Amino acid sequence: MKSHQIVLKCHRIINGCAEGEALVSHEPVCFYLTDPKTGIVKEKNHELAGRSVRDMVLVFPSGKASSVVQIDGLYKLASNNAAPKAMIVKDVETVLVVSAFIARVPLVDKLERDPFEIIRNGDLVKVDAEEGTVIISRR
Amino acid sequence: MEMHRTHLTKQEEKILRGGSGEGTQKALELLVAIGDAFDAEKMIPITRAHAASSGQEGDLYFVELLANGGARCRVPTSTNPVYDAEYFDKLFAAPRKEAEVARRVMMAYKRVGAILSWSCAPYLAENIPLFRENVAFSESSATPYVNSVIGARTNREAAQSALAAGIIGKTPEYGLHIRENRRGTCLVRVETPLKDEFEYGLLGYYVGKKIGYGVPVLTGIKRQPTTEELIYFCAMSNTSGAISMFYIPGFTVEAATVKDAFQGEASKDKIEVTKLELKQVYEELQTAKRTTDFILLGCPHYTLKQIEHAAELLNRKKLRQNMDFWICTSATTKMLAERNGYVEAIERAGAHVVADTCIDEPCWIAYKEKTGMTDSPKCAYYRRFRDVRVAKLEDCVRTAVKGKPD
Repeated sequence: MKSHQIVLKCHRIINGCAEGEALVSHEPVCFYLTDPKTGIVKEKNHELAGRSVRDMVLVFPSGKASSVVQIDGLYKLASNNAAPKAMIVKDVETVLVVSAFIARVPLVDKLERDPFEIIRNGDLVKVDAEEGTVIISRR
Repeated sequence: MEMHRTHLTKQEEKILRGGSGEGTQKALELLVAIGDAFDAEKMIPITRAHAASSGQEGDLYFVELLANGGARCRVPTSTNPVYDAEYFDKLFAAPRKEAEVARRVMMAYKRVGAILSWSCAPYLAENIPLFRENVAFSESSATPYVNSVIGARTNREAAQSALAAGIIGKTPEYGLHIRENRRGTCLVRVETPLKDEFEYGLLGYYVGKKIGYGVPVLTGIKRQPTTEELIYFCAMSNTSGAISMFYIPGFTVEAATVKDAFQGEASKDKIEVTKLELKQVYEELQTAKRTTDFILLGCPHYTLKQIEHAAELLNRKKLRQNMDFWICTSATTKMLAERNGYVEAIERAGAHVVADTCIDEPCWIAYKEKTGMTDSPKCAYYRRFRDVRVAKLEDCVRTAVKGKPD
């Protein structure tokens, strides 16, 4: 079956290129509140509760929580190979940049169209931070 | 070669290629990533930094990466409390693995040449910025305090970005380093008198929660706030929200009037704080149902004045049975408190003054299933304990010394 493909320009924050299945959260994400071994979101009442961020291309509005816990959270996920493959955000803050840098997860923002309108759970998304592109394939 | 949006000098390009060693290279890589994220035009010099070291694995990874790569701080860079593993080992067995992480973190900060202040209020003694200095200060009370009370310029740094800035002596020019971004965003009319730092803490907690992110401009405050009151406002507003800067025109340094604080523009958002809102915040914090097992003060680290106050309240009193009482402070302050006889009065009552230690560390494992009491909503927020009651220092002491449990 031929897949439908959309190519969007984006703004590179942390370099890298990765491909994975999209996981969309409309709520901010705190990596401290995920299981460090499995990547499963443990935060109660969170839209992603029970789902794993592992190997996903995570699309979310912003990070949240104190710098110490956020950085430690993503770092632990990365040490257990349970981190997202790449991250697409709307509002970036210093702590999220540091978290992605330390965990070596490609991070982009400023997509030329609203990621929440274009990307759906299950889409195959390739984030190429170097090229400044996000390629979305829907099967 | 990879292109950066942030303009780098020839010397910075050389560091980025590894010309000054791998540790320094990693530090600059992080700063360049941040510069790229915020489209900073260039790097600007900073004069000092404060790294909110934490003794956690992410913290350890980065500081060891820099230390092993031979990086050294180029500007004075102070450190946050971790904990004194040797001291706590004698009292209750902290988990071995975590104690080792803490020890290694502290060693690595020494190797990069940081000031081993282990203090979360370094702006009082160990590392004091000046008006309009560009600095990189992480830590919840430190960021808003140096921006607002001192009028230095820092972004809401993470421990690692502040350390990297201390290593390079520079930070990307973005955010609160640029005057226009320091403009007030929300007018906060304080319609009730505030008595002490505890009440400033409640106000901070409310403002942070209500505004979330922004630069509040406070009016209605009649009396010059004390150092401790400002510290509590900073710590709580930057915990319940992300308040990196605020104004109290007439008292804080950067804007003499409300109009100046908003840089001549009208404020769009307004909130009002009355006695009722503070009472609601206080009630919201009262989650503890059980008897108090321990008192934990010093989040942020107690000042000499607060230790003196605690010593007065505890003087010639004894803690009731099965009650533990802790005051966390910096080594600098503890030394003065010892010299002034405050520590003796506190210890005679059965309480402890402990230096270099944060309330959010594994050394407190003995209290994991216990109920505590503190004068700091921030301390209660960490949830390292079963439950934490929030009340003024006077009430904490009253609970700790009276004959039978509350």
